[in-house]
Amino acid sequence: MNHVPGSSGGVPTAGGQEIGVSLQPQKIVRGLTRATLLKDLRLEWRSKDAINSMLFFSLLVVVVFSFSFDPSAEESRQIAGGLIWVAFLFASVVALNQTWARELRNQVLDAYRVSPAPANSLFMAKTLGNFVFVSVLEALMTPLFIAFYRLRPLGPAWQLLLVAALGTWALVVNGTFFAAMSIRTRSREIMLPLLLFPISIPAILAMVQATTSILNGEGARFWIVLLVTYDLVFTTSCLLLFENVLNAE
Amino acid sequence: MKRVFPILAILTAILLWYAMSIALNPEIHIGGITLNGAPTEQTMGNVQRIFYYHVPSAWIAFILFFINFFASIYYLIRRSQAADIVALVCAEVGVVFCTVVLITGPIWARPVWGIWWTWDMRLTSTLVLWLIYMSYLFLRRFSSSGQTPLMAAVLAVFGALCVPFVYFSIWFFRTQHPQPVMGGGGSIDPRMLHVLLLNWLAFSCFAFLVCWWRYRLEVLQREVDRAHAMRSLMDEPNQLRSAR
Repeated sequence: MNHVPGSSGGVPTAGGQEIGVSLQPQKIVRGLTRATLLKDLRLEWRSKDAINSMLFFSLLVVVVFSFSFDPSAEESRQIAGGLIWVAFLFASVVALNQTWARELRNQVLDAYRVSPAPANSLFMAKTLGNFVFVSVLEALMTPLFIAFYRLRPLGPAWQLLLVAALGTWALVVNGTFFAAMSIRTRSREIMLPLLLFPISIPAILAMVQATTSILNGEGARFWIVLLVTYDLVFTTSCLLLFENVLNAE
Repeated sequence: MKRVFPILAILTAILLWYAMSIALNPEIHIGGITLNGAPTEQTMGNVQRIFYYHVPSAWIAFILFFINFFASIYYLIRRSQAADIVALVCAEVGVVFCTVVLITGPIWARPVWGIWWTWDMRLTSTLVLWLIYMSYLFLRRFSSSGQTPLMAAVLAVFGALCVPFVYFSIWFFRTQHPQPVMGGGGSIDPRMLHVLLLNWLAFSCFAFLVCWWRYRLEVLQREVDRAHAMRSLMDEPNQLRSAR
């Protein structure tokens, strides 16, 4: 990564610094991340492609599951953790697949590659964008889920928020990374789940078990610690290796 | 090197044959000599003999996946083509051995435990490992760009990072809900250990030979591909001229 002062033409300069005076690398990264993230959010706000398809898809999953199991309140407490995360997992693949495909049009990705902008700021922006989309999806779907399955947590409900944030980050950080890899393969839309699901198995297990434990009023400390570690390890390795993947021809 | 291969192949075949006969028979007679093989297990009977294929295959698969991990890291640092081929070959042969483990396991479990499969810690982690390396091979197959080695190396590193998480999560998952299925553990008869190690040696030689052969095949394949690419480049001006 080379941060050439003055060569970052369209970069919003934080703190009113003049371009040409030595820009701090962190500020460049932060500014670029913010610019790309805002661009993605604006695009999504105007088109609502990803969020609509994700919402409808997870709605379908919830309804189909509800028909096929028809659980009592006690049973649904046992299976709800698994169902809700499976629905979110499949739905998030929809958003993840669109992440980079959008940049292929008009060779935006190639332009990014030749620019001196650090690759990781692009990666962080995309990951944060996906995190926002999936979180919005979760916020909208969870009330519906609670109504359909008559859920009432026996444990501390605030921990569910923590598990949701950590679990979503685990899915999204690896998903964004593997989506960048799968756009370089044939049949790229099939490739993403094939790469993402095996690596995500421990995270999925942790999310499901943590949710089920909290719903049943048991402790979920081990699973939350596991999720935090998983997030830290994989975010670090994504950041270390993303530049290789972006610049691969 | 080419001349050594048949000799090694014959030696490995003899070793495999010997290992197999002592694994399958309590006593073997060659000429007038009687040799001790693996004794029959008291409770499980002859079914237990699948152990001599199951365990060595698992060890070899894990070793090959380990080599794959280090070769991938080496590739990421040095971009050496040899490391890439080593990683590919180890993953392919490792998946084959891992498949053998996953097939022989249930065959053994059915008569002994009464079930084909249980979501026990070791079974589940082996299955997840198999899934990760299958996705690695899928990526190798579906990747269209010239950067397949890079992508594959990155995925191999991610897969290896994932293994401890799989292990810990399933360990906790299963200790939370204990299943009284896993019997055994404890000590092993020294004669059985002897047969096990001999089988492991034989299968390791076999795996090494297969890897070696596959490595040469891959090198040749890449040379052929390169030659094809070169020829189409050389032919292009001629074709243009004849078209004119």
